[in-house]
Amino acid sequence: MIRFEDVGLRYPAPGQAAGPEVLRDIDFTLPDGAFRWLLGPSGAGKSSLLRLMYLAVRPSRGRIFVLGTEVASARRAALPRLRRRIGVVFQDFRLLRHLSAFDNVALPLRLAGRPEGQVRADVTEMLRWVGLARKTEAAPDALSGGEQQRVAIARAVITRPSLLLADEPTGNLDDVQAERLMQLFKEMNRLGTTVIVATHNDQLVYRHPAPSLRLENGRLTGSA
Amino acid sequence: MAGPDRRLRPAGFDELGLRRALADRILPFLVAAMAFLAALALAGFIGAASLARHWQLGAGSTLTVQVPEPAAPAALGAGSRLDRVLGLLHASPAILHARALDKTELDRLLHPWLGADGATLGLKLPGVIAVRLAPGVRPSDTLRSAIQATAPGTLMERQGSWIRRLSALARSLQACAGLALLVVAAVAAAVVAVATRAGLSARREAIEIVHGLGATDGFIAGRFAARATMLAAIGGGAGAVAALPVLVELAVLAAPFAQSMPVSTGDNPLAAVPAVLWMMLPALPLAAALIGFVTTQITVRRWLRRLP
Repeated sequence: MIRFEDVGLRYPAPGQAAGPEVLRDIDFTLPDGAFRWLLGPSGAGKSSLLRLMYLAVRPSRGRIFVLGTEVASARRAALPRLRRRIGVVFQDFRLLRHLSAFDNVALPLRLAGRPEGQVRADVTEMLRWVGLARKTEAAPDALSGGEQQRVAIARAVITRPSLLLADEPTGNLDDVQAERLMQLFKEMNRLGTTVIVATHNDQLVYRHPAPSLRLENGRLTGSA
Repeated sequence: MAGPDRRLRPAGFDELGLRRALADRILPFLVAAMAFLAALALAGFIGAASLARHWQLGAGSTLTVQVPEPAAPAALGAGSRLDRVLGLLHASPAILHARALDKTELDRLLHPWLGADGATLGLKLPGVIAVRLAPGVRPSDTLRSAIQATAPGTLMERQGSWIRRLSALARSLQACAGLALLVVAAVAAAVVAVATRAGLSARREAIEIVHGLGATDGFIAGRFAARATMLAAIGGGAGAVAALPVLVELAVLAAPFAQSMPVSTGDNPLAAVPAVLWMMLPALPLAAALIGFVTTQITVRRWLRRLP
């Protein structure tokens, strides 16, 4: 369950305690296993909303429940376990440049303490599925934008997370790859994962109709 | 066929790219320099303690008794003045050992002042008795009175006052050496902290990514601490080894002051290094490693508090 109660977010501004509020009065609840598009123009606050959900920032006001845990009152030591239940596909991929594609995808499993044998089998299968079986040892800088995006997607879903957040996950993919990715997200959603996808791709939203959260100027203007 | 691989993460796997962030030359070099200074301070501490103990227990408990006209009859009792004084000293429980120096020993003692012909100058030399007192005991007034009555003019010289001054000096040197050790340890900790903060800045993005993927503070601090501990231990070991020739040289120079008997170090100068220093030297890399581990853990964990 994801619930936002009257949430506001300000980022620190240079020389000031806090900048202007980038998210205001956000209020919604998503049940477990929901699928939502996150829509809105650039600068509306979509990435900030996702950052709140994957615990990269704390709200300036209001209360947030992620996977049933109230974030503000949770012990700091409890947050890493919660983060491991969240998969994130970043707009800028956020791959570790000194690690190979294999090791980038393996990272969440290794952090979760999975045995190396299982890590090897799962990562090999996942990289094969995203079409990178021949590039497992390649460093991110040696991969194209689309390939890097597929590595980022593989890393996000390798642990079969309870919550999957994707920020423009098809931006560097061709139509075929984008369609395969949507099938993966829908399959994970069918198996119980809550999925939220931020996108500007109207065609994608049109082909896969689903309820959406719509943001404008930091406010939630539609939740359907 | 091999079974499933149940190992956790590959040994030495560098998730955070710390091999590039925590330089493998600068930090060991700086820690080695600290360990070198620490070894010298440690040697000073042990040497000063040894000298103070030796002077207090050794020279501090000796007494020189000069008996003028030693062969003359004693004022009280039968026998020469020297024999009577020697008898009184032997009878006293405060005296562990008393021995009259023979002519050869007396000539050697006076040689620096009177030269080789001292005995032919016709000087009336006193009889000299070397006395060793029981630890912490002073000759009683009764003994002094009895000696004066038996051989008037007898002088009892105790090296107590200059021994006390030398001991105080040695204790001060020991305190300075101890303080220098603490300062070196603090500087080493500061060096490790600065290196760690530089590493945190250099790997900030990688740390944020790994943190976001669910790494605990303990995991991230552990990765940094493992690297810093290894580099500090290497530096500590190198510094201790580099200090060894200097320590041996100092030990050879200090040996005559710290030993009751002269030590021959011609064949093996390593024998001059005190055993306690041999035991403490291996502790330097261990101490450097401990400083590296604790400092890095504290620095990284404090830095991580800024992340949500």
